[in-house]
Amino acid sequence: MSTSATSTLSPGWRPVVARSVVFRHDRVRGVDLLLLPERVVVLRGAAGGIVALCDGERDVAAIVAELARRHPDAPVDTEVPAFLGRLYDEGWLR
Amino acid sequence: MTGPPRTGDTTPTGPRRGAPPDPDPPWALLAELTHGCPLSCAYCSNPVELNSRSAELTADEWADVLRQAADLGVVQTHLSGGEPLLRRDLHRIVAAADGAGIHTQLVTSGVSLHEDRVAGLVEAGLRSVQLSVQHPEPGRAALIAGARASRAKERAARLVREAGLPLGLNAVLHRANLDALEALVDLGLAWGADRIELANTQFYGWALRNRDALLPDPGQVARARHTLERLRAELAGRMELVWVAPDYVDATAKPCMGGWGAISLTVTPDGTALPCPAAAELLGADAPSVRDRPLDWIWRSSPAFTRYRGEDWMREPCRSCELRAVDFGGCRCQAFALTGDAARTDPACHRSPDHGLVRELVEAARGPATPDTYVYREPAPSDRTRAPQEARPPQQADPGKQR
Repeated sequence: MSTSATSTLSPGWRPVVARSVVFRHDRVRGVDLLLLPERVVVLRGAAGGIVALCDGERDVAAIVAELARRHPDAPVDTEVPAFLGRLYDEGWLR
Repeated sequence: MTGPPRTGDTTPTGPRRGAPPDPDPPWALLAELTHGCPLSCAYCSNPVELNSRSAELTADEWADVLRQAADLGVVQTHLSGGEPLLRRDLHRIVAAADGAGIHTQLVTSGVSLHEDRVAGLVEAGLRSVQLSVQHPEPGRAALIAGARASRAKERAARLVREAGLPLGLNAVLHRANLDALEALVDLGLAWGADRIELANTQFYGWALRNRDALLPDPGQVARARHTLERLRAELAGRMELVWVAPDYVDATAKPCMGGWGAISLTVTPDGTALPCPAAAELLGADAPSVRDRPLDWIWRSSPAFTRYRGEDWMREPCRSCELRAVDFGGCRCQAFALTGDAARTDPACHRSPDHGLVRELVEAARGPATPDTYVYREPAPSDRTRAPQEARPPQQADPGKQR
C-alpha cells in the first residue's frame, strides 16, 4: 500500500496539509494531531515532526534531507516517503 | 465493589471511595447554536420544548465557551442546531472556534445558504460542512421534513464543493427511506459528497412522538445493510459510508456517546451543558449552565457529568456483564425515556429486563409499509404558509412543485 502510493507521487510534489485538515499541537494531551471533519488522528512518535515540515515549499527530497540531518541514524530515506504517501492516500496531505 | 444499587436517577453521584478520578479531557463539543429551524423533520431528536431565540447565547458568550472548551481539550466542534445559519453572527462563532484551534464543521439543512455566506464562513475558518438529506425524491423529502428543501440542499452542496470544503451528507433513516438507501448514496455521489452518514433514527425528543410511523420493518433494515455492504465495496476509496445502527431492531445497546461524560459534550442554545444531546429531560434542573459555571467544573465535577461516568452507577444485569466495557450500559436517556429510571439497563439491550417494551414495538412494525402519518412541530409563524401542518400520504406529494 505504501509503495504503490509513493510510486505514483509526482517527483516535484511539495506536500502540504489539506485545507480541510488542521495540523496542530495539542497542549492539553501533549501530542500532535490532525483534525478532520469526523476524525482526530493522533500523530505518534516522529510523525508530527515530519508533518510539520510539509509546508508546501519543501519537496519530498528536502523533507528527507532535513530529517536525515536531524536524525542521522534513522532510515528516513525509505520510511518518510512511504509515510507521506500514506497521508496523501488518506487525503490529509496535498 | 460499592454499596447498594441506587433506586433512581436522583442521587447526584452517590457515595464513592475517595475522590472521583479525574476524567480524560473531552475531544469534541456539539454547539447547538439555535433551536430555530426552517424544517420540521418528523425524526427531530431535539427536545419537544425548544429554547426560544431570545434565550440564546450571544456570539461573545459562545466565543468564551469555545475558548474554555479548547483549554479543556476540545479540538473539534460541530456547529449545529436547529439551523445554525439562522444565526447572523455565525461567522463570529466560527472565527472564535478557529482562533482557539478548534476544527469547525457546520451541520446544516442547507436552506438559505448562499454564495456570500459560504465565502464569509470559509474566511472565518470553517473547515467542513455536513448537510442533511431526508429522501432522494423531493416530494418524499418534503413529507419527512415538513417543508420543501431539496432544491436548496442541492444548491448548498454545490456551493460547499465550489468553496473547496469537504462535504458530508447526513441521512436519518427510518421506515420511509431505508428502501431508498442506494438512491441516497447516488445523490451523495452526484453532489460530490466525501462521506454519508446513514443514521438510523434514534428515538429522543420529537422523534419519540413519531416512533410508530418511523420504526422500520426489520426486513427493511436487513435489506439496507445488504445494500450498504455492496456499496461500501464498490465505493471504497471514493466515499465513506457510515452506518449508525438501529438499536431497537438490533436489540443491541449502543455505546452511547462513548460513555457518559467521556469523549464529548453538548451546549444547547441557552447555554445548558449536557453529557449527551438528549440529556436535558433526564437531568432537568440539575443540568449546569455555562452562564453560571466554568466549563472545566462542569466537565470534571458537576453532578450532571459525573452521575453516570464510569461503571459505579451500574446495576445488574450491566454490572457483571462483559458488554459493559463495549456499550457502557447503553443509553441513559433511552433508559429514562422508556422506564422513567435513567440508571436501568438500556431497554434496547436484549439482556435488559425491560427489553419487552422495545421488542413489542419492533414486532408491531413488521409488515408492509403504510402511508406515513407524522406529527410535525408547530412551524415558526413566518413558515406557516410553507410548511404542511398535517401529514399527507406520499402519493399526494407533488415533486413537480419542488422549488
